[in-house]
This record gives sequence, C-alpha cells and structure tokens, in this order.
Amino acid sequence: MSTPSRVITLTLDDREVGAHTDQTILEVARENGIVIPTLCHLEGLLPIGACRICLVEVVGSNKLLPACATKVTDGMRVITQSERLTRYRRRVVEFLFASGNHICAVCVSNHHCELQDMAVYTGMSHLTEPYRYPKLRVDASHERFVQDDNRCILCQRCVRVCAEIEGAHTWDVMGRGIEARVITDLNQPWGESDTCTSCSKCVQVCPTGALSIKGMAAAEMKKRKHFLAQYWTLKEEES
Amino acid sequence: MMLEALRKIAEEHRAAHPPTAKTLKVCVAAGCVSCQSDQVKKALEAAAKKGGADSPIIVKGVGCLGLCAQGPLVISEPGATLYRQVKPEDAAELAAATKHEPVKRLVAPANQVFYSRQQRIVTENFDRIDPEKIEDYIAADGYLALLTTLTTRSPAQTIDELIKSGLRGRGGGGYPTGLKWSTVAKASGSEKYIICNADEGDPGAFMDRSVLESDPHRILEGMALAGYAVGAQRGYIYVRAEYPIAVKRLKLAISQAEKMKLLGPSIGGSSFQFTIEVRLGAGAFVCGEETALIASIEGKRGTPRPRPPFPAESGLWGKPTLINNVETFANIATILRNGGDWYAGFGTEKSRGTKVFALAGRINNTGLIEVPMGITLREIIYDIGGGIPGGRRFKAVQTGGPSGGCIPEQFLDMPVEYESLAKVGSIMGSGGMIVMDETSCMVDVAKFFMEFCKSESCGKCVPCRVGTAQMYDLLCKISEGRATLDDLALLEDLCDTVKHTSLCGLGQTAPNPVLSTLRFFRHEYLAHIEEQRCPAGVCKMCIPQEIHR
Amino acid sequence: MKKTRVATVWLDGCSGCHMSFLDMDERILEIAPKIELVYSPLVDNKEFPEDVDVTIVEGAVSSEEDLHKIQKIRARTKILVALGDCAVTSNVPGMRNPFDTQAVLARAYLENAQENQHVPTDVIPPLLKRVRPINEVVKVDVFVPGCPPSADAIFFVVSELLEGRLPDLSERVKFG
Repeated sequence: MSTPSRVITLTLDDREVGAHTDQTILEVARENGIVIPTLCHLEGLLPIGACRICLVEVVGSNKLLPACATKVTDGMRVITQSERLTRYRRRVVEFLFASGNHICAVCVSNHHCELQDMAVYTGMSHLTEPYRYPKLRVDASHERFVQDDNRCILCQRCVRVCAEIEGAHTWDVMGRGIEARVITDLNQPWGESDTCTSCSKCVQVCPTGALSIKGMAAAEMKKRKHFLAQYWTLKEEES
Repeated sequence: MMLEALRKIAEEHRAAHPPTAKTLKVCVAAGCVSCQSDQVKKALEAAAKKGGADSPIIVKGVGCLGLCAQGPLVISEPGATLYRQVKPEDAAELAAATKHEPVKRLVAPANQVFYSRQQRIVTENFDRIDPEKIEDYIAADGYLALLTTLTTRSPAQTIDELIKSGLRGRGGGGYPTGLKWSTVAKASGSEKYIICNADEGDPGAFMDRSVLESDPHRILEGMALAGYAVGAQRGYIYVRAEYPIAVKRLKLAISQAEKMKLLGPSIGGSSFQFTIEVRLGAGAFVCGEETALIASIEGKRGTPRPRPPFPAESGLWGKPTLINNVETFANIATILRNGGDWYAGFGTEKSRGTKVFALAGRINNTGLIEVPMGITLREIIYDIGGGIPGGRRFKAVQTGGPSGGCIPEQFLDMPVEYESLAKVGSIMGSGGMIVMDETSCMVDVAKFFMEFCKSESCGKCVPCRVGTAQMYDLLCKISEGRATLDDLALLEDLCDTVKHTSLCGLGQTAPNPVLSTLRFFRHEYLAHIEEQRCPAGVCKMCIPQEIHR
Repeated sequence: MKKTRVATVWLDGCSGCHMSFLDMDERILEIAPKIELVYSPLVDNKEFPEDVDVTIVEGAVSSEEDLHKIQKIRARTKILVALGDCAVTSNVPGMRNPFDTQAVLARAYLENAQENQHVPTDVIPPLLKRVRPINEVVKVDVFVPGCPPSADAIFFVVSELLEGRLPDLSERVKFG
C-alpha cells in the first residue's frame, strides 16, 4: 500500500546527504556517521519513540521529532545537536534516574548499562530534581532470570522483542503514568508464565539491569544483542 | 430512503405536532436525569392523561435545555415558559397551567438573557426534538442535507462547501475541517475510515455528552456526509463507557437510521453506502488523543504513537482515517443544508460559526451554552452566566481543561477566538469553561490539573510519565509552603522540557495550567514560597520542622 | 603563599571514597604542601572549624546528625564538593528509602539480631525519613560521582580547586 521508496537529499547538521524515503532520520544519520543518542530504540525492533532521547530539530516543524520513528523527506533540514537538545536529553536521563532506584554500585549491569552510558553522554554529573525512591517489585520466580522493576526504564524493548521476534508476547505494560510497569502475561509471576519460552531475548535486549540472568554479581551481566542482526540477516536470506 | 419519502415523513410529523399544540417538554439529558427528570416526565404523562381528550397535552422528552444546575427542567409550549427544579408532585399543577397562567414559583428567573445572547446551530434541536425519535429529527430537517448532498453535490463540491464555511476542529486544535477532509479524500487507497471522537474527558466538560444525548442523529448524519466526501464506507464512534445515556441513544439512533435505510447500503438510492459502529472507551483521558484512540479501537493498549504519519495518511488499521470531534460533526449537516457562506456569516474572520461551552465553577448559571465566536468572555460570564454568586470578585476563567490556561480579569473583554485565547496562554479546547473567584487559589488550581494529568498520563514517554509526577510533587511542596525559589525555577524548567519533548498532546500541554497561572498569578506562588501564606486561604501550610522527618 | 584550608567529611558512606583519595599515592605529596587539612576522619579534630576553603564530603545525609553537620559545614565552607555516589545520588544508603524507617530498624536490630534484640534509642542519632543526596539538603558546588570516584578524578578535582578553578567534570562522569 505504501508508495515505493525514492532517492532524496536532505541536510543533517549542515551536511547534505542522500537517502531513501523509507528510511528514518536515525538510519540516515548512522549511515553517515552522525551520532544521535538513543535509548528505547534498538535496531531490529519497531521504533516507538518513547524515550525522547533521539529528538531532533527539523527546520519548519514547531515540534521536536524522534529520529528513530520519523521518516526522511526530500529537502528536510535536520539539526541533531544543539544546546537545547542537549539540555532536554539530559533532563530525560535525569527523569529516568529520578523515577527508578538505580544503584549502579550494586547493579549486575554496572559498567555495561545503556542508561549509565547515557548519563555519561549527556554529562549528567548529578540530579537537579528530587529522587522519587518508589517501592518496586523484584520478581525472581523464573528459574533462570530475574526482573527488577527498580532498574526498569519502560523502554519496552522486552515487550517488542518478545512479540515481534519470539512471537510469544509474554511481556506487556500495565498501569498508567508513573505507575506503569512491564508485566508477564496477566501480571502473574514470570516463573508461572504460560507463554514464556525462556528464550532470554528480553534479557539480552534490556538496556539496564532490569532483566538479568540469575546468579550474576555486580557488574557481571553483559548483554548480547547481536542475535537481532543475525535474525534479520537470516530472514533476508530466506526471502 | 429517497428524498421524497423523507420530505413526506417530515411534513406528516410536523402536521401532527403543530407549534400551537399544548406541549410539556422535559429535559432527558444526563444532568436532569440525574435529578430524576424521568420521574417528572412520568408524572406529567399521568397528569396529561387525567386532563382528558378534550384538551390534549403532549408530553415529550427533549435534549439538554442548558441551565443544567437548575434541573429537572421543563418547557411549557406555547409560550416557551421554562420551569426549573420541577418535582414529580408539581406535575398536575404544570399540566393545568398550560390552560392559563404559568406556575410562578417554578419559572426559571434567568431564562431571558441566558437564552437571548446565545446562537444555536449545533444545539438548534435540543429543545425541539425527542432524541430517541428519528421522526422528530427528520421533522427538523434531519437527513435532508445527507440525501440532498448525495444527489446534488460531488464529494469535491461537498468539501468545497465546508472549506467555504471556515469550520475549524472543535475538539480543541482548531485545524481547518475542510482541509482535513480534503487530505483524507486525496489519500491513496480505497479503504478509508471515519471516526467520531466522543471521548470527552476534560474535568468539568459536558458539551459532547450533551450533543450525543440530545441529538444523536445529527452526529450520524455528519459522519455519513464525511464518509461520502472522503470516500469512506465505515465509521466508528469512540465514546466513553461513562456516558451510558449517550451510548444507549447512539445505538438506538443507528438502528433507527439503518431501518429507514439512511445508513447501510445504497443510501438515498445512490451507490454510496455507510455503516457506523459504536466503540466504548474505558475512561482513559489519553484515548481522546487520536493515535491512542485508534490503537484502542484496534483492540490495543490505548497509547499514542509519534506523528507523522498522521491518521489522514495512515490511521485505523493503517488506512487513511478522518477523525473529528462530536461538535465538529454536529455542525456538518446544518452547514451543508444552509451553505458554507451562511455559516461563515457567524463568528469572526478566523474563527467562524459558533462554539458550545460547558459553563461551570463559581458562576450563577451553570450549564451548556452555544455562542457565536467573537463574543467576549465578559458577555459569557456576566450576561449569559449571570455573574459570580455571592457578590464575590472574579479572579480567572479556565478554558481548555488540563491543556488550557487561566485567563485573568484584564482579558475579559477579549473576543473568544482560537488565536486570541492562544495569545493569552490558553486554548479554545473542546469547550470547558470553569470560572474562579477570589476564593480560588491559583496554585491549588494548577495542582488540581497536574494531578489529573499525572494520573491520566499513559506512561509511554519519559517526560510525561515522570515529568508530570515531579511537577505535581513540586506543586504540592509550593502549596504547603515547603518550597524555595529554586523549586520554582525547577518547576519552570520541567514545564519547558515536558512541553517540548512529550510524545503526544497530553504531555505537551500538561504544563499549560502551571505556565498560565505563573504568568498571571506569580504573586500567589511567591506568597506561598516566601511568606508561607495562601492568599485565597485554600492551602494548608505544613509545619517547617517536619520537612525531613 | 597562604595554604588552602581543606576539610574532608564522612557522612553515611563506606569510607571507600576516602580510600580512593589515599589511592592518589605519591601525588598526595604534590598537593600536601599547598593544603592545610583542618578537619577530617584522618585527623583528630572534634569541632568543624570556621572559614574552610574546600570541604570534600563523602556519604549521604541519613540521620539528624548528618543533617546538622552538613548545614554547619555549608555555612562554614566556601566550596563544597560532593564526593562519590553516596554524596551525589544517596546510592547504597538510599536503598532503604522505599521502606519505612521503623521497618528498617526492626529488620536490623530485631529480626536479624540473634541476641539482645532491641532498637537503640540513645547514642545512635535518629534516622531521617529518607536518605538524601547532599544537594537535596544544601547547595553543592562540585559533583564527583563514582563508587568510588577514581584517584585520578579526585586528583584532578583537588588540583583544579587548588589552582582556584572550578573543575569541569562533564567529560569525566562515571557512576558506579
């Protein structure tokens, strides 16, 4: 139903680049070696534009647009770095730290954490807003994995990889606003899930220590996300 | 049904109900039903029967009569006497009074100014038709626009008429309706959808509910016309389950229209077919956002997605979709019946036509009104609304609900238009209008709306999910006298971030009540912070020693 | 040349940041002549002095004693440095925050004690309802996150301060 892709030109930070109309701003930026920070986005999963870290300015648009979910158009002029964007990106990272209980020192993902990386990237040396210290759940009912809501940033990668790649749709989101949580099945313990195949894809794509393999000590959990690229390569070869 | 048959029904029905007939019209919209107007209607019917066949009295249910806080309301015809707070035991007296003088103690005092300053287009049928009778609607020229348009106008001409009318989206955004329709009409693909957004959720707003309950066929006709104009064959009305009367009447109206072949295959003998289905929302405010609404109709969790692509291009099930609000659809049939130029004669240059408002808060005449665009806030509040009760001083009027702002006294003579309201930091919104007086604390008002946004945030994007909660906590801190000027600076910083980085309109506008109260009532914030004092005497200050414990 | 009056303070933390400070090793000799250490867990001074140029604070604000101390320190210090994750984020001490203080005390002194089960009421300062990073209580001038911050980072901060500059750590942010 969609119109066939066309080749167009657009400007990314004063650089004129060529692209296809079915590409997103983020894809074109990465092709051209321009770094746009991302957090909820993961190549190989459908973009949802939820974290707002990848927001960019598009000349002529009065709204900031998520690079991961916005298709390029002919003659588009995109600004990926500005004082304003940096400020907003840092604030979003602050929001994530403030809303969870991210105790890096004791986290399995310490030094291998995308949220931590984003704090470094945005130069967030401390929070300028109060921590919320919510009381959150840890579900260790699964034989091999642990879910720790204290470290969850609601990026929904687990939800997407489980539904889009594994086809199990074990994960989903429950609750609204600041009370929103990812849950397994109809909020039953992970270990009692009827649909979970224990494939561990959710654990591997999780950007923080929210989903981890049981028995890991601090800083031991390294995620392996390369399976996604392999999956899509195989798919392409099949077709 | 063919045009001729429709005309015949209308004429017959009008002949059977001449304006000279003694009629008692009882409001059967939710406001009056909640104070037992259904009992009043039953009692009036019994009283009418007793009167005998020699002087018959017709008792009928009608739509919202406007003065909602004075219900149950009854109009006695001829003479259009409005009775208020009618009880079932008043029935015999009212029935007898149709023959001579009105019952003085029940006559509503405000009815003259309240009604004379209004301009009725959307609500033109409210006091005329029984919302559960399609013949009443047809007798009021209902479905005439649909059948005439199908035979005399092409889809493109239909859209042109709408563009000529200057109608803008009544859901709040004010996007030109004709332009939206033509975008969907031009979108590629043969499968398209029409959606009526009836997920009204602003606190204190009841415009859409009143339209749905009072004149449901008007929405069906507007949607069918939209379907013809853009090339869609299916429509959905997304209405909240908390509106049971509206849901019931919509479903009844659909089945009546289908039975008369005003909906369904080959309408009016043409090749155009159109069906409408009602979908119930579970009461999430965010489902009023079009992409979240679409997700909800598709059976998914009701959360928004980034736009573009816009629904006009890729909406319901990925197909081009036209979404308009209830009031927008309610204007369509009248515009097409009387012509775009006629409609453009009302209102101002950039804001044509009329707007329905739900007037609430510290105001004498709480209720539903329809006014021409360009009327001033002062006329609405002091003339139609009858001013502030108890002789208290006006402080601000809040328009646009949680996405809007508070407008202070110095702008009362400003005309009500999309642009002028935006200029003073508020929005037209869907039509909620809450009046505040000197006993309202503006920090408390901002806190109220932020609490609403915080609990209605869907939680998908970070700024809205966390930002609304953080802003709410800061507002609590300020209202309790625990805050510093640094906290105020932080609040303003968070407002800026949440406004510019949130995914959908809910988050992008959530800071508006704070920003607008800060703009005009900063001194009230400062009194809380620097003097631990609430000027309006609303907020309770905390004891400083307890801050850390 | 007048020596810079420096203090170091240990609030609710594990003293790991002080250890990391000492990990500067021989570089301490480089800075030692330029500073006068007026207060520290490493020196025997009971009362926090007046007119301190730089105070380096390790640990979060957990108890009423911490609260009074940090307020006094702020009043008597020109430049306040929050050293380490506890001071900057409340870190491990803050892990009790989602719980009620009574529940925390009960877990420590009653449920997990094998003998002499009672919650002490004197000697130990009362806990605050919530553990706070320092900047939620007083103004902080320099933030050095890390658990602990590296000796290199600490050396950089101290050297810059001794040169009269506020260190720019935006390129050296590290948590955990």
